[in-house]
This record gives sequence, C-alpha cells and structure tokens, in this order.
Amino acid sequence: MENLEIILPEIFLSLTIMFLLLFGVFKKNSSKLIYNLTTLSLIILFALLLNLYQVSDLSIFNNSYKVDSLATFMKLLTIGSGIFVMLTCSKYIEINNINKMEYPILILSSILGMMVMISSNDLIVFYMGLELQSLALYVLASFNRENILSTESGLKYFVLSALSSGLLLYGCSLIYGFSGSTNFNTILENSSSGQYGITFGIVFVLVGLAFKISAVPFHMWAPDVYQGSPTSVTTFFAVLPKIAALSVFIRFLYVPFAEMNDQWQMIIIFLSIASMIFGAVAAIGQKNLKRLIAYSSIGHMGYALTGLAAGTNQGIQGSISYIAIYLVMNLAFFSCMFMLRRNNEYYESIEDLSGLSKNHPLLSFSLLIILFSLAGIPPLAGFFAKFYVFMAVIEQKMYFLAIVGLLSTVIAAFYYLRIIKIIYFDKEKEKFETDHHLGLKFTLAVSTIFILAYFIYPSGLTEIVSKINII
Amino acid sequence: MFSIGLGHYLTLAAIIFTIGVVGIFLNRKNVIVILMSIELILLSVNINLVSFSIFINDLSGQVFTLFILTVAAAEAAIGLAIIVIYYRNSGTIKVEEIDSLKG
Repeated sequence: MENLEIILPEIFLSLTIMFLLLFGVFKKNSSKLIYNLTTLSLIILFALLLNLYQVSDLSIFNNSYKVDSLATFMKLLTIGSGIFVMLTCSKYIEINNINKMEYPILILSSILGMMVMISSNDLIVFYMGLELQSLALYVLASFNRENILSTESGLKYFVLSALSSGLLLYGCSLIYGFSGSTNFNTILENSSSGQYGITFGIVFVLVGLAFKISAVPFHMWAPDVYQGSPTSVTTFFAVLPKIAALSVFIRFLYVPFAEMNDQWQMIIIFLSIASMIFGAVAAIGQKNLKRLIAYSSIGHMGYALTGLAAGTNQGIQGSISYIAIYLVMNLAFFSCMFMLRRNNEYYESIEDLSGLSKNHPLLSFSLLIILFSLAGIPPLAGFFAKFYVFMAVIEQKMYFLAIVGLLSTVIAAFYYLRIIKIIYFDKEKEKFETDHHLGLKFTLAVSTIFILAYFIYPSGLTEIVSKINII
Repeated sequence: MFSIGLGHYLTLAAIIFTIGVVGIFLNRKNVIVILMSIELILLSVNINLVSFSIFINDLSGQVFTLFILTVAAAEAAIGLAIIVIYYRNSGTIKVEEIDSLKG
C-alpha cells in the first residue's frame, strides 16, 4: 500500500474543488460564499503542508511523485501567495463583475496543477500538472468575457502557451525515446553526454519551461497578457506560475541531467542574460503599470535563472530565495494597484500616479519602498535577493554573468526611480478612494513590512532555504 | 524487402511537427488554422512516443500517449471557447486583426 499521507494536501485540494463545483451548481448566487470557502480551504491546505514539513525525501507511485524539502517549501510559497492573492482581489472582482462562482474554482485547479508540477519526478506527471495549470490559466486570462482586451489576452496566451507545451512535449518524447524511461531518476542512470537525442530533448523542454516563466526570447506573451487580463488575474499570473515553473526548472535540470550540465549551462546563461537586459531596457518607454510590471518580471526571472546557471546548491538556494522575495514584492505592488480606485473604476496608467504623495502619503511611501526594493537598493529585501544570487555566481567565477546582472540592475533602476519621481514631484491629481477592505490593507501592510524589515533578520529565510539540497 | 524502422517513424513525426510549428507562424488568415496546427504538433508527439515505445519495448510511452490525447481534447475545447468569446467581442478571428494589445 502506498503511503498516501504525504499527498494528503493534494487529495484535500482535489476533493475541495469537486465539492465547491457541485455546491456552486446546486446553490444559486453562491459566488461570494464560494470565494470565501476557497480562501479558507487554501488556509487549511497551508496548515496541512506545514504539517508535512518534517517529512523529508519521500516518494510514491513508483518514484514518480516526490515530497522533499524543495517541493514542500515551494508549495508553501505557492499556497501562501495564493491566499494573499485571494485576499487582495475580492473587491476588484466584485466591481468588475467577474465574481462568478467558477473564478475561485479555476484558481484552485491551477494551484492543484502547480502542486503536481512542483512534486513531479516523472515526465508524465510533470506534463499533466503543467497542463492542468495552464488550462485553468487560459480561462482565467479571458475571464472578463465582455471585455475585448481580456478575451484577446486569453487568445494570445492560449495560442503561445499551447505551442510551447507542444515543443515541451516533443522534447519529452525525445528524452523518453533515447533514455528509455520517463522517470527522472532512471533517466539519470540511462543517459550519457554523447547522446544527441537527449540534448535535443533538453533544449525543447527548456524552451517550453522558459516560456512558462517568460524568459527572453520566449517572453512575447507576458506584456500583452498582463495588460489585457483582469488585474486580479494578473496578480496571479505574476506570482504563482513562476514559482511552480522555477521549481520544475530546478528539478528537471538537477535531477535527471545533473551530470550533463555542460550541455544546458550555456542555455541557462543565455536565457538569464537576455532576460535581464531585455527586462531592463524594454520597460523604459512603458506607460501602463501592468505592462511595466510585466517587463520588470521578465528581468526578475533573468536574475532568478542566474542562480540556476551557477550549478551549485548555493545557486539553487539563491534562486529560491530570489523567487520568495520577488513574490512578496509583486504582491505588495499589486495591492498598491488595487488601491488606485475612483468611482468604481481602477486606474492603471503611470500618469494616474502623478502627485500621489500629496493626497495619499502612506500609500506613496509603501510604493516608494516597493519600487526601491524592486530596483534592488539596500537595505531592502530586493537587494538581498540579488545579493544571494550574485554571490553564488561569483563563487563559481562566472564574473561576466554577475557584471551583466549588475549593469542591468542599474538600467532598471531608471524606470523604477522615474515612477517615484512622478509620485513625489509631479502635479497632483484627483484623490482616490480610501475605503479599502481589510484583506487588501493587511496584504499591503504585511508585505511592505517584510520588505522593509527583512535586513533585521535575514537568516530567517536563508536558514529555511539552506536545508534544500538537491545535488 | 524494404522494411520500416524507427528512423522512418521519427522522420514522419519530425515532418508533421515542423508543419505544425510553421503553420502557427506563417498563417495570417484564421485562428482556427492555429488550433489545427497545435493538434498537428501534439499528434506528431504521439507518433514519436508510440514508435519509441514499440522499439524500446516499454509501455509507458503508450500510457503517455493516452494522456496527451485527453489533454489535446481539453485544450481544443478551451481554445474554441476562447475563440467564440473573442469573436463575440470583436466580430473577427483574422490573425492580423488581433492587435488591440501592443506597446
């Protein structure tokens, strides 16, 4: 008998999804209730996962599903940010009339897909998780179905994501064919550096994965989808799929192909340099905040990949810390965006921020902290994130990568500082509404304090992350 | 007698895969064609997996194929649904006219 206890969170989540779906079908006008139940079930899920944290390195179903410290930590990050996303968005979806009962259920099913992805130790399991996640995300992107921008972003995301899944699958089939197995550990035993089939397979799978975390040159969907889809969905897009895709990146590169790292290291270095530079340069001319944050997230994914290129445990830990801090910064930024509301309309252009500090000193101050942290200015959390990654890279003597990273940080600082200048020194505009709901205020407060106070006790995160040893 | 080996199947799959990928990029007319191209890509992967599975005598490739078929069906359904709601809003599904988001 398999030890089913270790996948209790997944079982709980799938049962919740089915229950909520039936509940929503049979009870009319229950969208609000389902939304709250979803948040509650995510909190229970978080507790269930915390309970699993002591369990280390177990695998079930013929070693195709792994529950180790990497998986549990990444799942905790996913679900924790899922809770905060749910807390921030409740008012937005009401005002924009997308509070249908399917909305939270789709979020839950994509979270289930991410959990499967994070734990996968087998190509089939990995593909199924990925598809469960992206099928739900296609629908979420086009959820505001009366709005042409939302449906268009859904369509674009669908076409490009389906193409990337196809490329990824072709890579999976090559890896399967040339190594004779779909299990990551068996692939490690069977593969050797000389096989071109496997190298081709790795390249195809990396293309698919790079698409999922929107690394250059597979980033073209990100700005359109971020801008077009409802802001609540953009928040979700900016955070959760990246955590899942990054942990798959780690597991896929370091479990089956750990010994072939001369084959994939150059690809990762290229992806990360291209994303860092492109993210810094392309964001400069943007006028829409959501589009700007899309380019900024492309750049941030470049930094996260830098750690993976190092090929050491320290590099992996740097990437994981990077993504943890990145998600807090993004949650904080999006909760600021949800506060830009006037007469039941949300504003998302950079000009709308002009002179914000006169009317909303507190909101402007938290935006200041968040933007400084995104730019990587010490002593805020964003600086530490970059510091961990670059330390790991420098220890491997990859100076070029570190220098390019630092230079693009400087370029990127320009557009973050420009927003701060607009907030503090431009002419003031009409006041925004200030009656925000508790969840939004709570999220903004928690995340801003985390960013601000991170330097007091940085070992809190690094100690947890240092227990994750893949190699 | 000329016999069909693994290489022939792989070549067939590679050709179909390439047709699918090129079909997505070269097509300027209709989104439905893109949907068909995606199906072609997934089917070429299936040919690959089944032929590998036969030639290395391992069943998991065929299991993988069944999963891919299921996912492809779901993906086509969702894709068509998105195309329908997009058509309701814009009145067109020509690829070159899908350009309200840019910058």
